[in-house]
This record gives sequence, structure tokens and C-alpha cells, in this order.
Amino acid sequence: MIEFRGVTKRFADGTVAVDGLDLTVESGRITVFVGPSGCGKTTSLRMINRMIEPSSGTITVEGRDVMAGDPADLRRGIGYVIQQAGLFPHKTIRDNIATVPLLLGWKKPQARARAEELMEIVGLGPEMAGRYPAQLSGGQQQRVGVARALAADPPVLLMDEPFSAVDPVVRENLQDELLRLQEDLGKTIVFVTHDIDEAVKLGDKVAVFRTGGHLAQYASPAELLARPADDFVDGFVGRDRGYRTLGFLEQDVPLGALTPVRVGATAGDGWTLVVDGEDRPIGWVSSQGVVEEAAIIPGGTLHPAGSGSLRSALDSALSSPSGQGVAVDDGGRVAGSISADAVLAALAASREAA
Amino acid sequence: MVWDWIPRNTDLIVRLLGVHTVLALVPVVVGLVIAVPVGWLASRSTGLRSVLIPAASVLYTIPSLAVFIVLPAILGTQILDPLNVVVALTIYTVALLVRSVADALAAVPALVVAAATAMGYRPGKRFVSVELPLAVPVLVAGLRVAAVSNISLVSVGALIGVGGLGQLFTEGYQRDFPTEIITGIVLIVALALVVDGLLVLAGRVVTPWARVAA
Repeated sequence: MIEFRGVTKRFADGTVAVDGLDLTVESGRITVFVGPSGCGKTTSLRMINRMIEPSSGTITVEGRDVMAGDPADLRRGIGYVIQQAGLFPHKTIRDNIATVPLLLGWKKPQARARAEELMEIVGLGPEMAGRYPAQLSGGQQQRVGVARALAADPPVLLMDEPFSAVDPVVRENLQDELLRLQEDLGKTIVFVTHDIDEAVKLGDKVAVFRTGGHLAQYASPAELLARPADDFVDGFVGRDRGYRTLGFLEQDVPLGALTPVRVGATAGDGWTLVVDGEDRPIGWVSSQGVVEEAAIIPGGTLHPAGSGSLRSALDSALSSPSGQGVAVDDGGRVAGSISADAVLAALAASREAA
Repeated sequence: MVWDWIPRNTDLIVRLLGVHTVLALVPVVVGLVIAVPVGWLASRSTGLRSVLIPAASVLYTIPSLAVFIVLPAILGTQILDPLNVVVALTIYTVALLVRSVADALAAVPALVVAAATAMGYRPGKRFVSVELPLAVPVLVAGLRVAAVSNISLVSVGALIGVGGLGQLFTEGYQRDFPTEIITGIVLIVALALVVDGLLVLAGRVVTPWARVAA
């Protein structure tokens, strides 16, 4: 557990970066600090490992005041992933990852073995151990950054806009993998970002900061989207928050019947779903007659029946050329159709139940 | 050219070459050892930088012959003591390298230094393991200038009787014997090229990371 109690940071030039922050970061969870630039989110993060020292107030990590004791010792016990990875360009990947174990006095072979173990955990091939950071892609460098932070198995991990410098596809990959890693590791993670979508995706709890270093709201992502504390948070979470709230509602949507056909079979009037030999959807045809491969129009997103959210259900309907969403089972086989009306009805039902 | 003068005087030439090399390179090593902490100070604060860097530049503009002659009075050495040349050239090396070291350290990405701090490096160890190694490429460039400059300056010492291969100039001039002068020039140029090449090579060996393709 990390606790901020009345923490204020005033810089030498008089700017107040953080103003009277009271906040408790829960153990074993991902807590995201989000806000516009100049809101004090990064300053707050950096005060946890004393890269920046608070002007007043106290910060404790697992009950210990961070200002007591030696800062280097404190930092060796807290993993840190910096923006753009911040790898040491003159050290190999293996030695980058082994940094903290070596600082802690591990023997070299032991530290290197640990580094190789971590490379596997974060999905880096062993052939990369002897390479230098400049030889890796941005996404791979980020993985090394995460591995380096995890090397000494610290209970707390600080992540300072770690995925901001990689392209959106790689970023999404890295986010998914962080969530997968976290399921196994259960670290206390504090993650800083300016991207509200990233915050909502990763956070068990999200702290929204406003300019001037004030905490505007501290809540779960679902609550943040459903009940923003004020106009600032409302404006910051963005225009689509109603739609995005659906992502946190896992509700069964009644499926409609579908009579899909295979390539070469005869389709009836109107839109007909085409499936492959194992009943997996390929796309739609809109005209009557024998189904030819060339006439198939790609389908929309697929909704996993029984496990998806209302957001994925609604999106499957909205993105489908026929206006009918397709729900699939665990094997990817067609389970039924979804109409937007059915999703809205399910939403109304969940509102009444609440 | 009186070619057979060379084999007849091999002993003298080799001895002068050895003296020349020592007089030129000992100051490079000593100067580097002094310039690293001074350059580090200059890289740490803009206030110190605005004093140290101009001071180093001014130092470099003092004519070498003047330094050779003034130093014995300051050091209490004999005018013919090779120490005068070594000290003078060390001053020039420091003057050149302080700027190189300060620039090299300033060029180390702030993000990498911050990462090192966040990993739990203490300042001293961080300097030795992260900042200094990353400064090597720029530092080597400075060292090459200092080494070549010293190799050329040593010959001026011949005017006060301690000049390595420069002695071939003064003697050749007095005896009106061009062969000796040309031998001296060729050897000094060759020595400069060899030392420069060795520094480039050493720089490459200690910075394998700087050569990898991005």
C-alpha cells in the first residue's frame, strides 16, 4: 500500500505541482494517475521513489516513510519503467535487465540468469540477450524496460508514461501484455498516462488530476465513466463516455436466430450471413441467388456470446453491413444475431435492476 | 637528402622518438585524469561552466615557448628539466579536454541518467558506470586533438633543449643539413598518425554499442 498524506510539492520557481494530495494506492492493483500536462501526475509518481522530494506531507510505501533512509536503497526496492524505456545504450539487453540485481550485490551469473528468465516472461527471444538497445524496435525496448523494472522482483512498480512513444498497435499489445503479466505477478502498480483510454483500460482505479496538482476524482473506471465528479472530469473522460461505459457492463443480450449459408449454396432475399465449413462467419451477401466468394462483403466485429460486454454487443450490430451483429461461441462458430435494439433493451433492464 | 645519415644515426633517432612519444603522451594521460573531474564540475552547473570553459580557452592561447620559459620559475625546476615540457603540455591538454568532457557529459541523455538514478545508482557509481562510458565517443574526439597537438608542440621544446624529435630541427638548422630536418618532420607526422589511429581504434574497442546499426 502506498499512501499520500497532505503531500504538496512546490518547486524552487514557486510553481505548485502537487497541492495537498491525499490518496491511497491499493496493494496488488493497478492504479493509474491521469490528467493533462502540468497536472502533477508525474511529479506525484516520482515522489514515491524520491526522484522528487515533497515540500510537505508524507508518503509511505508499505508503512515506511520514503524520506527515512537512503534514497538509493529505496529505489532498488521499487521497479521503475521510464518514458521511452530509457535503456542504457552502452549495455546489452541482458546487462540492462540485470542492473538492479547487480546493484543489490547479486553474483554476475545469477543476475544474468535472472535477466534471461525475465526476457522470456516479457516475450523477448533469447537471441536478443547480447544485443544493444539501438538494435531493438521501440516495442521491444519497452519490454526490456519492463523486464529491467521487474528484475529484482520488487513489490511496487512505477510506470511513467511507458507506452507513449510507440505506435498505437504496439501500444495496445503492450497494454494487453501488462494486464496478462499483472494477473500472474499481482504487483502494486502506479501507472502515469495522459491518455484516458489507456487509464480506463489498465486501471483497477483511476486518479484524475487537474491542472495545479489537485486530485479531481479517484474511482474505478466504470464509476469514472458513469459518474464523473465534475465538469472537468466529464470533459476529460471525453465525449463517448456513455458508449464506453457499456464496456464495463457484462450483461447477457438475447440472441436472434440466423440462417447462415455456405459458399455455393443459395441465399434468400435480403442480407444473408456466409459461413465457412466450420460455421465460422466469413461475411455477408445482400443479393438473392447462388453465393459466390467475390460477392461477400466483410462482416462487422464479432461479439463473444456469454462473455462479452454490452459495448462489444452494440459494436457488433453497428459495425455489421446488415445491421445485425454476429455472436460467436468459444470456437468462433455462429451462435446467433444481435440487434442494436436488443442491446438497448438489455441496458434498460440493467438500469432497472440497479 | 643524404640517405645514409639515417642508418648511421639510428640509435639517436630511436632515442629521440621514444623521448618525443613520452613527452607528448604522458601529458595526455595526466591531463585526462585532471580534465574529467573539472569537466564534470563544468557540466553540473551553468555558473561553473561559464567560468571554467573560458578559463580553459584562455589557458590554451598562451604561447608554448613562453610557458616553457616561465614554468621553471614557478616550479623551481631547472630550465633543461623535461618536467617543464610535461607540465606545460598537461596544461594545454587540460585546457582542450575540459570542454570536451563537459560537452560529452552534457550530451548524455537526461532520460538515461534519470533511469539510472531511479534504478538505485548512487551518484559516484552512476558517473563511472553510466555517464562516463556514454561520454567516451565525444571524449575520444577531444583526446585525438590533444594528442596530435601535443606531438607537434613537443618539438618547440627543442628551443629550450628538451624537444624529442624537435632536436633534429634545431641541429639540422644549425648545421644547414636538411636531411636531419626532413627526418624529424616525417617522423613527427608519422607518430601523430599512428597515435591518432590507435586512439580511434581504442575508442571503437571500448564502445561496441556505438557501432551497431539502429
